[in-house]
Amino acid sequence: MTAEPLVLGIETSCDETGIGIVRGRTLLADAVASSVDAHARFGGVVPEVASRAHLEAMVPTMHRALADAGVTMADIDAIAVTAGPGLAGALLVGVAAAKGYALAAEKPLYGVNHLAAHVAVDTLDEESGGHGPLPEPAIALLVSGGHSSLLRVDDIAEVTPLGGTIDDAAGEAFDKVARLLGLPFPGGPPIDKAARDGEPDAIAFPRGLTSPKDQAKHRFNFSFSGLKTAVARWVEAHEQVPVADVAASFQEAVCDVLTQKAIDACREYGVRTLIIGGGVAANSRLRTLAAQRCEWHGIQLRVPKPKLCTDNGAMVAALGVHLVNAGVAASRLDLPADSALPLTTVRV
Amino acid sequence: MLVAVLDSATPAVTAALAEVTATGFAVRAERTTVDARAHGELLAPQLDDVLREAGAKPRDLVAVVAGVGPGPFTGLRVGLVTAAALGDVLGIPTYGVCSLDALGWGSAQVTLVATDARRREIYWAVYDGSGVRRTDPDVHRPADVAERLAEFGVERAVGQGAAMYADVLGVPVADEPRYPPAAALAALSADRVRAAAPGERLTPLYLRRPDAVPRQQ
Ligand SMILES: [Zn+2]
Repeated sequence: MTAEPLVLGIETSCDETGIGIVRGRTLLADAVASSVDAHARFGGVVPEVASRAHLEAMVPTMHRALADAGVTMADIDAIAVTAGPGLAGALLVGVAAAKGYALAAEKPLYGVNHLAAHVAVDTLDEESGGHGPLPEPAIALLVSGGHSSLLRVDDIAEVTPLGGTIDDAAGEAFDKVARLLGLPFPGGPPIDKAARDGEPDAIAFPRGLTSPKDQAKHRFNFSFSGLKTAVARWVEAHEQVPVADVAASFQEAVCDVLTQKAIDACREYGVRTLIIGGGVAANSRLRTLAAQRCEWHGIQLRVPKPKLCTDNGAMVAALGVHLVNAGVAASRLDLPADSALPLTTVRV
Repeated sequence: MLVAVLDSATPAVTAALAEVTATGFAVRAERTTVDARAHGELLAPQLDDVLREAGAKPRDLVAVVAGVGPGPFTGLRVGLVTAAALGDVLGIPTYGVCSLDALGWGSAQVTLVATDARRREIYWAVYDGSGVRRTDPDVHRPADVAERLAEFGVERAVGQGAAMYADVLGVPVADEPRYPPAAALAALSADRVRAAAPGERLTPLYLRRPDAVPRQQ
């Protein structure tokens, strides 16, 4: 018998159906069914295709998670589910499923914020792929196909948004540029790979919202649509496109801005820990550049293991454990899925 | 034998408990709310309510019956994933019923059943004088359905979709039922409940493909 809560997390905010099981800080199961292949021929995530896939994958993924963890639903202390932000129809499948499971199994239900969950996953122990308890406060940079956010984390249950993208998400920029270069969807891995043979300073692509005039209003915001347009113009203007150089120069522009603003935030708030999460955290250049700049500034960099960076149920379960331990009241059964859930709402 | 009955294929969200006996069935508690935008919020609390009203626990259930549509996708999935989760946790079978069949159940004349498919279309099927479906569920513009009613000998229409387009359809539209009644869903699955038939995976009747254009390379 252990006093540590056993929490099951359900995540369906985009194209991954994730169900994770966490006991305390220990990851017991991280089952993910991805519909990414179904979206590839559309060149991006199609919300309705994702929602249909979530419905089909829900019960099989649940069985896989419970089997991997070696527990039954009766053993679970609480169920947590991503209530937002994310794709409305996709979120709703997970939220409705979580309610059904919680109601039938008579378990408390926590509707939680997806972005806070990306941070919480790094508080799993090292064997599970995280880095243990957070020194508070910390700065978190969350970058994926769906979000690009910079947050100050004073406590897992108390997150302050500092900035975010004003147009495309970072991962979206990777997808769009990959498409321009004839690389497959999702664009992150092929651009990362192509860039290894290219020169990051071959082409001077713009760094969005970094000029002095942007500092007042957009110091911690991002913009990637201008960069995407610049890449498109450059590709159009050249008959022979050196894919490796374009990929490397584009990737450098994204990673430069992301890491620079993240470090700026750490310095502005006197914070000595930076956490990077989200699918783009798998990018090798982002990791290298962040590590270099963090070391230079004496900041500790924490990036969860790659499988925990992309969307998964374990991160939702990890946040659920924090809420249970903090004595936060469970959500009501009428909790809504909220595609635009603000960061200030950690539990719905 | 206590059965949970769910339908979210129309603007109405329904949760009910039905008692199925060897010879009949009775609806013991029912909640229906008409709100096309709140299926996700309403369904689980309504199910919780009917369980309380009937003084029952989830583990008292022997089966879950769900309307599988056709219906607007997002709302429809709420009912089906809820039913699937219940069946999974409780280890009980889930049975699907075409939501149009629930509206056509018990009709004594040749009847068009139509529900709102949005985008100025209706989900529809035709039922004979004993409530048996004679056409596959489909989705079309009301005017296109109207053209075919004579061919089927349709005498009347039911359902909210029929009420919305009554003047286009040109047949008398009955006031009730507007939405799939819980009693009909229970009736249409009662034999399977009694026989403890194997459950089925609940597959939504979407009848439309996702709106998306494959990228050109
Ligand atoms: Zn995410």
